[in-house]
Amino acid sequence: MTASSNTDFLLAIENLSVSFDGFKAVNDVTAYVDYNELRVVIGPNGAGKTTLLDLICGKTAASDGSIRFKNREITRLPEHRIVREGIGRKFQTPSIYENLSVYENLEVSYPAARGVFGALFFHVDETIDARIREIAESIFLGDCLDLEAGLLSHGQKQWLEIGMLLIQDPELLMLDEPVAGMSVKEREQTAELLKRICRDRAVIVIEHDMEFVERIANRVTVLHQGQVLAEGPMSEIKSNEKVIEVYLGH
Amino acid sequence: MITLTRRLVGSRSDLAALLVLAAVLLVVMPLTLDIFRLNLVGKYLTYAFVAVGLVLCWGYGGILSLGQGIFFGLGGYCMAMFLKLEASDPVTTAIQSTPGIPDFMDWNQLTELPWFWVPFESFAFTLFAILAVPTLFAFLIGVAMFKRRVTGVYFAIITQSVAAILTILIIGQQGLTGGVNGITDLRTLLGWDIRSDGAKYLLYFLNAALLLACIVAGRYILSGKVGKLLLALKDKEDRVRFSGYDVSNFKIFVFCVAALFSAIGGAMFTLQVGFMSPSFVGIVPSIEMVIFAAVGGRVSLIGAVYGTLLVNYGKTAFSESFPELWLFLMGALFIGVVMAFPDGLAGLIRSERLRRVFGRPPLAAVTRTGALAARDPAPPAASASADAALPHAPTGTDR
Repeated sequence: MTASSNTDFLLAIENLSVSFDGFKAVNDVTAYVDYNELRVVIGPNGAGKTTLLDLICGKTAASDGSIRFKNREITRLPEHRIVREGIGRKFQTPSIYENLSVYENLEVSYPAARGVFGALFFHVDETIDARIREIAESIFLGDCLDLEAGLLSHGQKQWLEIGMLLIQDPELLMLDEPVAGMSVKEREQTAELLKRICRDRAVIVIEHDMEFVERIANRVTVLHQGQVLAEGPMSEIKSNEKVIEVYLGH
Repeated sequence: MITLTRRLVGSRSDLAALLVLAAVLLVVMPLTLDIFRLNLVGKYLTYAFVAVGLVLCWGYGGILSLGQGIFFGLGGYCMAMFLKLEASDPVTTAIQSTPGIPDFMDWNQLTELPWFWVPFESFAFTLFAILAVPTLFAFLIGVAMFKRRVTGVYFAIITQSVAAILTILIIGQQGLTGGVNGITDLRTLLGWDIRSDGAKYLLYFLNAALLLACIVAGRYILSGKVGKLLLALKDKEDRVRFSGYDVSNFKIFVFCVAALFSAIGGAMFTLQVGFMSPSFVGIVPSIEMVIFAAVGGRVSLIGAVYGTLLVNYGKTAFSESFPELWLFLMGALFIGVVMAFPDGLAGLIRSERLRRVFGRPPLAAVTRTGALAARDPAPPAASASADAALPHAPTGTDR
C-alpha cells in the first residue's frame, strides 16, 4: 500500500504502538480499512487484537503513532467524541443495560439529545419509535421490546448490543468476538446480520471461529505479538506458512 | 402536555403514592400534632430534602456522597446569615462595642462586617445564594472528581473529607461564622417573627410544599431519558460512554440537583429551627442522611421521605430514654437495611403489594415466561441464562 493513497481510506492506522510498563501490546501496527469493507482480525491470545480496538475507540491511549478516520486525526480525542465521529464499538462480553427493557436499551442508544439538557427534555417521537422498532426487527428482537434486557439469552444480548450500535448508524463498526458463546443457529443468523450490516458501512470483527471468518470476511489481518503478521484475502491467509505456524496450525 | 403530566406524576400508583404523602404531610400531621411536634416534623422533613436528593444521585446515579451535609449546611448558613443581619440592627445591638454587626463578631473583636457578609443584607441575593452557592460548590466538586473519573468509594471518601474540612473551617473561623455555636438567636424574616406559632405553621406548610415540589421535579428527571441513562450508567458505564455520551456531565448534573435539593432543605431548617450550626454540616449528619435514604428505599423518592420521618422518630423516641445507645442502634439499622432489605421500605411495600394483587412475584418474571413462549422455539444454546432461569419461575409463583 502506498502512503499517498491514505486519504482514500476510511480508517488509516499508522505506526501505532502502545506499551504497558514496557510490554508492547501493540507494536508499530499499520493497517488501512476501506469504506464498506468487512475486515476480520485474527490471531492467538494476547496478540493485541482487543487492544487494537481499544486504541481505535479511545479506551486506551496510544503511546505512539496515529489513527485517522476519514482523514481526521482521532488519536487523542475523548471516547464520546470518537463515537460521534462515527465509530461504534461492541465489547467482548455483552454490554447492555440489564435493568432496562430492550426498547429502552435502544432508546438510550439513539444518537440524539446526548447533552444533559437535551436529554432532560427528550422524548421519543414517531420517527425515533419507528427506528427503534426497525432495528429491533433486524436484530431478531422485534417480539421482545418490553422484556427486561437482563433476561435475554446470551446470544440475544450480543444482538441487542449490535442493535444499540446500529441505531447510531456508525460508519465504522467494531465487533469483538460477536459469536462467542452462540449456538450454531445463532451463528448463522449473526453471519447473515453482519452481511446485511456492512452493506453501507465498514466493519472490523475480531473472531476466533475460522469457519465463521471464512463465511464473512473480505480481508483478514493476522496479529501476532502485537504486530501484523499477514494481511490479505482469506484464501491467501490460509496458505500463509507463518500464519499456519503461529495460529492456524493448532 | 399529556406526556409532561405523565413524566411529572408517573403512573397511576405513583400518583396515588404522591397524593397519600401529600395528604399525610398537609392534612394528617397538622391536624393530629400540636405545634411543638409539628415543628419537629418540619425539622425532620428538611432532612428529607437531602434524602430525596440522595435517591437521585445515589439510588439512580450510583454516586454515594457522604457529604450532603455540606450543601444542607451551605443553604442553611446562607439563610442564617440573612436572618442574623436582620436580627443585628444597630438599635438592638447598641450595647456592643461595634453596634450593627452580629453579636459573635463583636465578641471576637471584629469591628466591621466581613465583605462576604455584606451581600446577605439583601433578601433577593440571599434567596439566590441559597440556591446558587451549594449548587456551584457541587458543580466544582463534580467537575474535579467526575472529569477525572473518580467514583465509588473514593468519591464517598472525598466528599466525607470535604464535609470534615468545611466543619473545621466553620469552627475555626469563629469571628466570621459563629464557630461551634453556629449562628443563633434568629428572630425575624423581613420583620415577620418566625418564632411565633403562626409562623411555624406557615413555614411547615411551605416546607412540605417545597418538598413535594422537589419530589415532582425529581420524578420528572428520573422518568425521562436522564433517568434511564443514570440506570444505564450504574450498570455499564463504558457502554454509555461508547454510545457517545460524556458520562461525567450526567454525574455532575445529578450531583448538582441533589445539592440543590439539600440546600433548600438547609434553608428551611434554619427558618424552622431558628439557628444553624456546624453540627449539621459534618460527617455524622451526612451519613445519617444516607441512612434515611437507605431505610426509605434508595430508589424511591417518596420512600426517602418516610424513611427520614421514621428514623428520626426512632431517634427522638430512643434518644430520650437511651441516648448513648442510639448511635449503635442507628449503625445496626443501617447494616440491617443494607443486608436484609437493600431496597428499603419502598422495596418491601412494592414486593408485598405486587404479591397481594397478582399473587405472583414482580412483573419481570411474568413478562419473561410470556415472551419466551411467544418467541419461536428457543435456539438450543438460546441460552444458558434463560434455560437456567426458567425452572425457577414456577417456584417463584408459588412463593
